[in-house]
Amino acid sequence: MTIKTVLEAVHDAMQEEMRRDETVFVMGEDIGARGGVFLATEGFLQEFGENRVIDTPLAESSIAGVALGAAMHGMRPIAEIEFGDFIWPTINQIVGEAAKVRYGTKGKLNAPMVLRAPHGGGVRGALYHSQSVEAFFAHTPGLKVVTPSTPYDAKGLLKSAIRDDDPVIFLEHKRTYRLVRGEVPDDEYTLPIGKADLKREGSDVTIITYGLMLHHCLEAAETVEMDDIDVEVLDLRTVRPLDTDAILATTRKTGKVLIVHEDNKALGIGAEVSAIISENAFEYLDGPVARLAGPEIPAMPFAPPLEDMYMIDSEKIANSIRQLAEY
Amino acid sequence: MIVHLAEQTSDHENGAFERAVRAAADSGITKPTISESSSTNQESSKTRLSNKKAPDSPDLLSMYRRMVLCRTLDERIWMLNRQGKAAIMASSQGHEAGQIGSVEALQKGYDQFYIYYRDLAVLLELGLTPTEIIKGFVAKEGEPLSGARQFPTHGAHPEYGIINLSNVVATHIPQGVGAALSAKMKGENRVVIIYFGDGASSAGDCHEAMNFAAIHKLPVIFFCENNKYAISVPLKNQMAVGSVASRAEGYGMPGIEVDGCDIMAVYEATFEAAQRARSGQGPSLIEAQVERYLPHTSDDDDSIYRSQEEIEEAKKRDPLKMLKDLLYSSEVLDEEQEELINKDARQIVNEATEEAEDAPYPETDDFFKHVVGDASV
Repeated sequence: MTIKTVLEAVHDAMQEEMRRDETVFVMGEDIGARGGVFLATEGFLQEFGENRVIDTPLAESSIAGVALGAAMHGMRPIAEIEFGDFIWPTINQIVGEAAKVRYGTKGKLNAPMVLRAPHGGGVRGALYHSQSVEAFFAHTPGLKVVTPSTPYDAKGLLKSAIRDDDPVIFLEHKRTYRLVRGEVPDDEYTLPIGKADLKREGSDVTIITYGLMLHHCLEAAETVEMDDIDVEVLDLRTVRPLDTDAILATTRKTGKVLIVHEDNKALGIGAEVSAIISENAFEYLDGPVARLAGPEIPAMPFAPPLEDMYMIDSEKIANSIRQLAEY
Repeated sequence: MIVHLAEQTSDHENGAFERAVRAAADSGITKPTISESSSTNQESSKTRLSNKKAPDSPDLLSMYRRMVLCRTLDERIWMLNRQGKAAIMASSQGHEAGQIGSVEALQKGYDQFYIYYRDLAVLLELGLTPTEIIKGFVAKEGEPLSGARQFPTHGAHPEYGIINLSNVVATHIPQGVGAALSAKMKGENRVVIIYFGDGASSAGDCHEAMNFAAIHKLPVIFFCENNKYAISVPLKNQMAVGSVASRAEGYGMPGIEVDGCDIMAVYEATFEAAQRARSGQGPSLIEAQVERYLPHTSDDDDSIYRSQEEIEEAKKRDPLKMLKDLLYSSEVLDEEQEELINKDARQIVNEATEEAEDAPYPETDDFFKHVVGDASV
């Protein structure tokens, strides 16, 4: 085991896969000589050369579209979108096209591509460097959407995403990049896409979350220990497909569920998780399924007090836990 | 043929171009003109990778036969639509020479063909049977591209190198460039030809794709079938420049305007573009000026936006008629043979229609098959 940051885990996952499989390559803006704006591909150009480390023009639709074309013809591209906020020009190629390759050709073609993007807020990134983008892709049959929270998960899931035979949207919360450290095995491993992970066991209240929010939730769970509330924390890790079994198992165990995500609430991941619970485990509930999520404003503001008001922190989460526990 | 040569083009390209012009001139069929060139007489062995030769008279007769089949099939499908049997049809009538001439210049079963919805002749040329094609239009079991999940002519046939993934105009252009990137990375000698209309040339994806392909000198032929209308929008409302091909210079690749109703001219231009692509000289943009004799689709009424006189004028350069006249004047074709060819085509299409109509609709058993991940969530 070695202690790594999320960023290092992402870097190592891609590096190992490129060493293992020569059809894997990376493409995106500034990923060559610069090594990526966050340095996720640092040293790749030197090790793998410019044929497999492609600095692209500043044109996101073609980053996705060219990657898709290469993927349909035997390559395994990892396309990086520099910030999640710049991902919208790819919607046509990803939601409209990549997601429909297998179904629309009745299985004759598939697209083993990964679209990576740093996303999320809390980094003084304002409207256009803070957005959460997962719900837009998670709505789409034909895509897998992975939202890791720890170095261990990021590495194991990214390796699985690269080896997956279908398109995977891999969303790395940029605040976790250098903030979150954790043990990563030195030996080869992968983690299954679509499996949630119980990050903390408890008996009174369940929190279901993913990404950066996991860490705030774990902090809040510790805080409310002094209130004698025993909190279980389920990290979804993948928001499409959702791990329905894990969601229902923890619901049946505690009977009270709080869903936490940074993305805004309306029609978000929490809405789907809540519906799954009410459709399948209604009789196990001891209280309403609660959601703590981003506010319904178009995007995250810049000024510190405004950003703080947007972001969910452990204190807000602890308050929500207490309310639900008292129900 | 008008050639727009980018300033960056090398002597190799000029050499290839020179030969294209000479070959076309020697054929006596096309009358190429050069609008802009810095040609030199330098030649390079790099441009001679393919052993393909320009088609001689027997090939032209064969191409005529195939063009007649395509026209007959096209007319039949249009009729099936009017009979209420085919839901939608985008006719290729007027585009056939561009399609057959370009496929003829490429390697079937090896090169990749990113087509769009008005490429009936490309499908036929690459090996789809009339029965398979009609099955697509009447959505029957055995449709080979998508199992009748998609609109007619959409889906993929990897063995034939056919990809027509989407019905969204221009989205396939960057994908075709990605296919070419894959070919280059794998060290294959494959060419990717991307067919699209004049409307698609306005899309951002078209620009992004051409720029990417030119930067990396990818083996791509951008093949614009310019029929002067994007549904109803005429060329003057589509672009402020005179030609799509003239944009090539801005990307650093050759742009070739060619009479898309002249099958030999198209063949030559495509052949040369393929040579450039295979020899590592990168992409080309061919603009084939074609005609669209019918409305955009069977759901369109073009009498609202263009005159019958305009269509009649366009029919004077019907590619089928142009090739027929050439074959008559070369004494390769006579009335008896022409009637035989027409009769054969009618018989093939009649049998195909019957077979396709008799086929069952697809079962619903595999409705959830080939779904990525879990179909429930």
